Amino acid sequence: MNRLPAPATSRIGTAPLCLILLGILAGLMLASLTIGYVHIPPGRLVQAAFGMADPATTTIVQQLRMPRMILAALVGASLGGAGAVLQGLLHNPLAEPGTLGITGAASLGAVVALYFGLAATVPMSLPLCAMSGAAIATVILLVVARDSASTLTLILVGTGIGGIAIALTSLAMNLSPNPWAVSEIAMWLLGSVKDRTFSEVWLALPFVIVGLAALLAAAPSLDLLSLGEDTARSMGLNASRLRTMAIAGTSLAVGAGVAVSGSVGFVGLMMPHLVRPLVGQVPSRTVLPSIIGGGALVLASDIVVRLIAIGPELQLGVLTSLLGTPFFLYLVLHLRRQLP
Amino acid sequence: MTRLEIDHLYVPVAGRTILHDIGFTAEGGSLIGLVGPNGAGKSTLAKTIAGLLQPASGTIAVNGVALDTMDRRDAARKIAYLSQGDTVHWPLAVRATVTLGRAPHSGRFGTASPGDRRAVEAALHRADVLSLADRNIQQLSGGERARVLLARALAVEAPILIADEPVGALDPRHALNIIGLLREEAARGALVIAVLHDLALASRFCDRLLVMRDGRLAADGPPHDVLSPAGMEQHYAVAAHHGTHEAERFVIPWRTLNAADRKPNQEGETA
Repeated sequence: MNRLPAPATSRIGTAPLCLILLGILAGLMLASLTIGYVHIPPGRLVQAAFGMADPATTTIVQQLRMPRMILAALVGASLGGAGAVLQGLLHNPLAEPGTLGITGAASLGAVVALYFGLAATVPMSLPLCAMSGAAIATVILLVVARDSASTLTLILVGTGIGGIAIALTSLAMNLSPNPWAVSEIAMWLLGSVKDRTFSEVWLALPFVIVGLAALLAAAPSLDLLSLGEDTARSMGLNASRLRTMAIAGTSLAVGAGVAVSGSVGFVGLMMPHLVRPLVGQVPSRTVLPSIIGGGALVLASDIVVRLIAIGPELQLGVLTSLLGTPFFLYLVLHLRRQLP
Repeated sequence: MTRLEIDHLYVPVAGRTILHDIGFTAEGGSLIGLVGPNGAGKSTLAKTIAGLLQPASGTIAVNGVALDTMDRRDAARKIAYLSQGDTVHWPLAVRATVTLGRAPHSGRFGTASPGDRRAVEAALHRADVLSLADRNIQQLSGGERARVLLARALAVEAPILIADEPVGALDPRHALNIIGLLREEAARGALVIAVLHDLALASRFCDRLLVMRDGRLAADGPPHDVLSPAGMEQHYAVAAHHGTHEAERFVIPWRTLNAADRKPNQEGETA
């Protein structure tokens, strides 16, 4: 990990950090409602939110921008929280739903639901399939992590899971009966919160909330794992309970997020690293700031894709990957000196 | 006084019985060395006493209360465990690392109480790492890190401390330093059981040695009884130099004994 010259003592408290991030999140939520093809000043925004503005503005705010804003924040919060918990659980700075293949597996689950038409008949099957995909991937990873805790092995297995998920997703697209379905799956895979409705919000919200609650409940136990699992257990840690909470939380939050937004990469990797130096490197303290910050990061990215006016709007997942991949490479190169 | 009683202990690892019929009793105020050849089951026994491995049969009891009937955190307050190796996965501050030792005492979401803080400062002081308290643990030398991790185990303030190869990878100065600290803990009334490979240290500093061989307790007694010339040959298949320096006796393994040098009944029992 980062060998900072002045480590844990130079930190702002977790509570002030969370308050600052909440302020940023609130500002971005407001901006997300204001910014778009039609500029809506904050005054009209409030009226529109309560249906008291002109019908066009009300529709834009209530039907288009509010679901988009809420979903961006939910997806980002899920990814940030899952990334922070996975990094602590596996004591692996490269762990996150994307690098470990969990996002890919969730996407595959969702594609299965779309491909077999389940999603059209039973809407709930989409998040359920995505969450199942995420859970299967997470369980495989934990089994591997128990036998060999090497950072490299884990990332390679994650890459493998991601590869299989992509292969099967490609297979579904390949066998797809019509080009419309292919393009629908492809666009969805790129990750976006564009053109979503409140029905998607209601679909994801309960699972994301329960998932985030599980991740937050897992957080306090993560610190003990810094000393290895044996030492942690010798201090009374119930390791299997912690793992169950972390898997359940990751699967619920990430699965539900992926189900409504497609795959938005690297948020779970970046967010914990951005907050870690600010909280004294303590794993448990990265979770809540990563949840709030992850929401802010995805919201900000979603605003940026709307502001970049180049032909068709950039997909959200494309932007986060463009930001995240160099970050990932930087981390790998930076860590190479310290990893066994 | 704390009393640890181990009776007819059988411990399987991955389906194979590693420890056979281990039994001994130990009391607070002593430093006990757990010695024996590689693969004899020393670390397995250390982990079992620390509650990390589940025995197939037999009992481990602290002051008459069986370990497996105790609540997880209760047991953690009775027995502290210092694991082999010195990995700390994140660049935590030394004080934060030592504070983790208070986990068995604090509530799940509880912040450190004044009592916790006192225990942490005392542990930092006893392991002589107070001056490192604000440093990044990953930037310390191996010897310094060993002292910090010992401080973490001391912060538990458990009456029993199990240390798995606490001096395994340390240079002589740091090894003497750590074993001296373990000795002090024993003098304060703790029961310290340490897995040791360095017989010179074990014979000098321990009150009693338990020799493990092939998953069994092969000998149990004062260091110079179990590490006698016959004992060294029997347990380690080596000839040793036994000496006295500054009125203290010591043992140094000198050369290996091959099958021809050894008594017929000890064939094939190394590794």
